[in-house]
Amino acid sequence: MPSVTQEEAKSPPPAAARRSPGWFARVMDHDLTASFLASRVTVLAALVTLALAVLALFAPLIAPYNPFDPAQVFLIDSLNPPRWLPAGDARFLLGTDDQGRDLFSAILYGLRVSLIIGVLGVLMAAAIGITLGLVAGYVGGRVDAVIMRIADVQLTFPAILIALLVDGVVHALLKGASREDTAFGVLVFSIGLSFWVQYARTIRGSTLVEKNKDYIQAARLVGLSPIVIMARHVLPNVIGPVLVILTINLGLAVITEATLSFLGVGLPPTQPSLGTLIRIGNDYLFSGEWWIVAFPGLTLAALVLAVNLLGDWLRDALNPKLR
Amino acid sequence: MLAFIIRRLVQSIGVLLAVAFIAFAMFRFVGDPVNQIVSIEASAEERAQIRESLGLNDPFVVQFARYVGRAATLDFGISYQFRQPVTKLLGERMPATLELALVSAVFALVVGIPMGVYTALRRDSWLAKLFQAVSLVGVSLPTFLIGILLIYVFAVTLGWLPSFGRGEVVRLGDWWTTGFLTTSGLRALILPSITLGLFQMTLIMRLVRAEMLEVLRTDYIKFARARGLTRRAINFGHALKNTLVPVITITGLQLGSIIAFAIITETVFQWPGMGVLFLQAVQNVDIPIMAAYLLLIAFLFVVINLAVDLLYAVVDPRLKVTVRAA
Amino acid sequence: MTEPVLSVRDLKVQFVTRRGVLKAIDGVSFDIAPGEVLGVVGESGAGKSVTGSAVIGLIEPPGRIAGGEIRLKGERIDNLAPEAMRRVRGKRIGMIFQDPLTSLNPLYTVGEQLVETIRTHLPLSAGQARRRAIDLLAEVGIPAPDRRIDGYPHEFSGGMRQRVVIALALSAEPELVIADEPTTALDVSVQAQIITLIKRLCAERGTAVMLVTHDMGVIAETADRVAVMYSGRIVEIGPVRDVVKHPLHPYAVGLMGAIPSLETHADRLVQIRGSMPRLSAIPPGCAFHPRCERAFARCAVDRPEPLDRDRRKVACHLYDEAHAEIAS
Repeated sequence: MPSVTQEEAKSPPPAAARRSPGWFARVMDHDLTASFLASRVTVLAALVTLALAVLALFAPLIAPYNPFDPAQVFLIDSLNPPRWLPAGDARFLLGTDDQGRDLFSAILYGLRVSLIIGVLGVLMAAAIGITLGLVAGYVGGRVDAVIMRIADVQLTFPAILIALLVDGVVHALLKGASREDTAFGVLVFSIGLSFWVQYARTIRGSTLVEKNKDYIQAARLVGLSPIVIMARHVLPNVIGPVLVILTINLGLAVITEATLSFLGVGLPPTQPSLGTLIRIGNDYLFSGEWWIVAFPGLTLAALVLAVNLLGDWLRDALNPKLR
Repeated sequence: MLAFIIRRLVQSIGVLLAVAFIAFAMFRFVGDPVNQIVSIEASAEERAQIRESLGLNDPFVVQFARYVGRAATLDFGISYQFRQPVTKLLGERMPATLELALVSAVFALVVGIPMGVYTALRRDSWLAKLFQAVSLVGVSLPTFLIGILLIYVFAVTLGWLPSFGRGEVVRLGDWWTTGFLTTSGLRALILPSITLGLFQMTLIMRLVRAEMLEVLRTDYIKFARARGLTRRAINFGHALKNTLVPVITITGLQLGSIIAFAIITETVFQWPGMGVLFLQAVQNVDIPIMAAYLLLIAFLFVVINLAVDLLYAVVDPRLKVTVRAA
Repeated sequence: MTEPVLSVRDLKVQFVTRRGVLKAIDGVSFDIAPGEVLGVVGESGAGKSVTGSAVIGLIEPPGRIAGGEIRLKGERIDNLAPEAMRRVRGKRIGMIFQDPLTSLNPLYTVGEQLVETIRTHLPLSAGQARRRAIDLLAEVGIPAPDRRIDGYPHEFSGGMRQRVVIALALSAEPELVIADEPTTALDVSVQAQIITLIKRLCAERGTAVMLVTHDMGVIAETADRVAVMYSGRIVEIGPVRDVVKHPLHPYAVGLMGAIPSLETHADRLVQIRGSMPRLSAIPPGCAFHPRCERAFARCAVDRPEPLDRDRRKVACHLYDEAHAEIAS
């Protein structure tokens, strides 16, 4: 008799098997596809996102110069305007920055850095949030209370402030290391710690619902460890909405990274992200070198706007109440 | 009612203590308080002596209690960078930040609420669609980019408004300085407050719109229509009032975060406020300032929250204050 | 016969969706005489409530009135401009909704909502309107109305709130009241009181009532005539005694069989097999034929039109003289 139940519990429970693709199927359901195609803006946003992602991914192949290679950068080329202006230099499509780096190449590399940090930061936030949410919802009691109170207190502060604090504290702890070596990791860490709350709340909510269902009770009766139950049985059934939060948060994460870099606590000028480039350009705005700020700014705005449009559409399409 | 206020007060104190704990942990363990006092050349013995005299060898709880006690009397220690009391440094810069935040908040509310109402009521008009598009851009554009854009257009190109600083300020009383009383002070406020308020404005607009659409679908609005009330009475008498009740709460939270968001705006406009000070502290690992700023923001948040709760109780006769989620 | 208060002819209401046009109401005709109570019954989704909303002009997009006409005392109201229709609502047609808990705005006192309605439709001063509001509350059976008038809706029980809703519906002396499932959301113990109250108040004022419900018991006790709806059409309409005692349409027969009765002893209540089709999949011919035990070939092809049969109308081929022999 126990062996039979064990068998049942080992293979994914029927409810889980049905519900998890059920959500996925709903994504693919033609209501969603239709609303996607019905909105030209959304299609355009998807195309822009895709194009920027491809540009970022293949930056080393597409960019005419490697802005990080000192052998290719000469100070004498600094502050060249874009090619089509009278003073422009044919070698530099969008002009150069203050150190003579080709702006177009720098933007591609900067986009790459911004996207990678954004994606890693959001994934880290999701990992923290999902874990804490699962534990809070499944274990309940005191653990739940502590985790959710921490979440409440953190919500008191805007993410950018948390990120700044984490940045400051981590640099204080890593006294010896220079910003150049640690900036990348610290940024990912700051973003991860700033955005986990939403995942935790969502996951906790659905875990509370899910944990009282029969298949979880069965898995518990069989004596599976709580960790196995959470990871193998609860998680697949509550993970759905995370996709929406991921998309919406990606735009925020990219903004946060850009803001930190702009404020001078993110990536240093030697390995610029879009935010760093804008920071550099801002210093030259008054002397008329507008292009250093304009093109990175446009790229950043296009990226965030496109990602946000996708996120908005996804949220509305999956939440018919708002239509 | 009284019980409700007391419960809220206790919760607020809990939040403040939690934040104070984090601030203390930063203060005590991340930064080394001894560094506040001694020069870099001080010997190990000197340091140990000071350590003892500062009570850093006392039990953890005692030290925490002492920190909270000092914070309550506005003593946050000495800044590493400036070698001056943190309280004095923050105090000097507070009027600039608060005036900027106040003007931004008023701008966000005065523009955001009508735009939200309009987009909800005239969902299909081109103006509503324009507002929606603007709001999306407002949410998507990073604050610093908006600031740079405004500076480029109105300060660099057109030369209409100043691009940095507070303009001429007038001293009021012992420590407050205001830019409200001079033309240059008022002109200097315009671009920064638009920059800072724009994001909140779009959030408020979107929130009001979503809430209003929700309310317009309720039974009592349908019943109000069935009673033959005029469109104006339904939209502004019934729907708007019901919309604003939940909006108050979330807007309150948003306004609290304006002060923290001011960090970015102050940097772009070289506004001599607390945000710039905090940013310098982060760059230079000036822990006492970071800890004090954190506590200050938490305190403001708690105060705003309490005010919002009281307002809520006044507006909603049910006083059905559910625990606010998010 | 006197001129009917309400006269609906061949009313059609459609909902335009991405998947096509859904016919929520497809050719409904009926009259309500002054002071008469017309019960409208049917399963949920049969189009009862949509009919009520159409009459009071509250069909909202994507829904629209796609055909037919609605006359109030002979005057056409289905094509009125929004502002003119607004003046009809509340003034000439009152409406009572299903759920009293959500029908009242929680942020205004009962009195504020009454005074607001009264002053919208009648030229009264604030003081006069308030006195009238107190009178109305007394009439609907709210104790201590001069005190309760300043209470907020959440201070009233469900039954009391529905009384307030009735007072609101009657506040401008309408000629017709549409009561859409007025008792469904209430405790069983107060349902009868509310129905009696509506019936008494309307009888006193000579107000006609369109009583939408799925509760045949309520209809049998309250209505003068009854219309049975199925899939957006009226399948049978006539005096309540006739229809309840001797229903003609097979669907009505099934529906009446589902009422428990003390007079006739039945071992088990009759059940209609199957369920009503969704609006997106209404079968051709008679919409009821897949569930009908007496269906024959013609029912699947030919849509039955309402036939006069004594004092009632039935939409069923069984009663078409030309095909009577097939039926028997």
